[in-house]
Amino acid sequence: MAQKRKVTATVISQKQIGEQIYDLWLETKLVKNAHPGQFVAVYPRGESMLLPRPISICETDKAKNRLRLVYRVAGKGTAEFSACKAGDRLDVLGVLGNGFPVDKAKGKRVFLMGGGIGIPPMLELAKEMDEKKQILLGYRNKDLFLEEDLAQYGDVYVATEDGSVGTKGNVMDIIKAYTLHADVIMACGPMPMLRAVKRYAAEQGIEAYISLEERMACGVGACLGCVCRTAKVDAHSHVHNARICTEGPVFEAGEVEL
Amino acid sequence: MNTEVKIAGVTFKNPVMTASGTFGSGMEYSDFVDLNRLGAVVTKGVANVPWEGNPTPRVAEVYGGMLNAIGLQNPGIDVFIERDLAFLKNYDTNVIVNVCGKTVEDYLEVVERLSDTAVSMLEINVSCPNVKEGAIAFGQKADSLYDITSQIKKKAKQPVIMKLSPNVTDITEMAKAAEAAGADALSMINTITGMKIDIHRKKFVLANKTGGMSGPAVKPVAVRMVYQTAQAVKIPIIGMGGIGSAEDAIEFLLAGASAVAVGAMNFVNPYTTVEVVEGIEAYMKQYGIENVTELIGGVE
Repeated sequence: MAQKRKVTATVISQKQIGEQIYDLWLETKLVKNAHPGQFVAVYPRGESMLLPRPISICETDKAKNRLRLVYRVAGKGTAEFSACKAGDRLDVLGVLGNGFPVDKAKGKRVFLMGGGIGIPPMLELAKEMDEKKQILLGYRNKDLFLEEDLAQYGDVYVATEDGSVGTKGNVMDIIKAYTLHADVIMACGPMPMLRAVKRYAAEQGIEAYISLEERMACGVGACLGCVCRTAKVDAHSHVHNARICTEGPVFEAGEVEL
Repeated sequence: MNTEVKIAGVTFKNPVMTASGTFGSGMEYSDFVDLNRLGAVVTKGVANVPWEGNPTPRVAEVYGGMLNAIGLQNPGIDVFIERDLAFLKNYDTNVIVNVCGKTVEDYLEVVERLSDTAVSMLEINVSCPNVKEGAIAFGQKADSLYDITSQIKKKAKQPVIMKLSPNVTDITEMAKAAEAAGADALSMINTITGMKIDIHRKKFVLANKTGGMSGPAVKPVAVRMVYQTAQAVKIPIIGMGGIGSAEDAIEFLLAGASAVAVGAMNFVNPYTTVEVVEGIEAYMKQYGIENVTELIGGVE
């Protein structure tokens, strides 16, 4: 595994691309070892806020050392990031986690499924995967983001909860509406969506790789804050709790209890 | 310049350690820190058998600090010896193992299992606020602390550090009880019990409702308790609570600690431990201090 580091990155650009959704490009050499589905942890500068905020890697430009993060403002820390302008500096810990197993898609029909703020990691994954991809995206309403970026790498299908764009409902409703088929799924999104993906994959007898999130402190596997229940005894603590920051955030759906 | 300190006959190349539970077994931070630079690695609490720990969420940020309610998830002593101690053997640093249990027998089993290992000291965790059985129950009453300390001292081959809880009326009474029972040293403070409520969901932020608070916001409480305890007992104290810089560490030394441990601030800056080592050296140079031990209890 590549060495983890804490570095100071420079903001290249930032813009708002949706309700509370921000699109941030950073310059940092951390990007050299970045793999789709991995994440970085970004530190707020306010001294009252200590812990870094885990944010998934949306896209990389390795030739230019650029890292794209698309995140939702969820509290004081991310609100602080959203005010950053070109030239500002942010401390970043990375790269963290295991990432999606891109090789598992070789020669297979693939669903890349993203729900809400689970959509961003699908972009780097879509870029790095050679197979033909069916990209299923779920949004709350017509306030879409990243769908045009993703359309460069596969067939994009959109669902909205209010039915204002595409299929009414969620990503699972897209599968029904278009009678789509896949041999492997890679997904990131809210817990109800991941539960549905896990159930669907089990019914279909196919593999699904899902990316989980949890409140984190260290981000490097030391504090045991961000665990998830596992079906089998986990490799680190020999109980049934794997560390999302280290053994994850991507797990084969059958490995974890949601 | 001499940065060595001695605690209960064990020599430390410098007075900087890691606080149990914030540094794993050292492996997790070895990407960031040369473990050879540290006075000691204090490992995550280990019990006789694996513990699942608490449900999530287990961590929350609070103003100037954090809450945790991990619940001492650990792989048990067998895996710990085979994997974690084997890893730490590769480094030239002292290893202090934090020991937890639900009953006195649990603690004694771990202590005995460690008796023929290359561990420098044992740190007995009788102060974790996040597990319902054992642990804290031993650390909040002077007579139970006396009892468990003396039982462990009878079995232990290595010097014994009792880790004290700040969640008591008078920490010096606890310190005196541990000393009277034969403890070789004290480490303090464990986390301060806290709570955080999500006002929008009207729910506790932590699944465990309460958690242990750590981080810079607890430092003044910890410094005060180290000072009071240093006045009350003769055994050495390892001071901890929000240390994030050499300045913080020196405060603890001046208050009476013989060594210090970096905890939650490892999460904020994974290089903190080594920066504290270097900062103490710079301070000694600045003030012409030959031996770091001159600082211990040096507040006037």
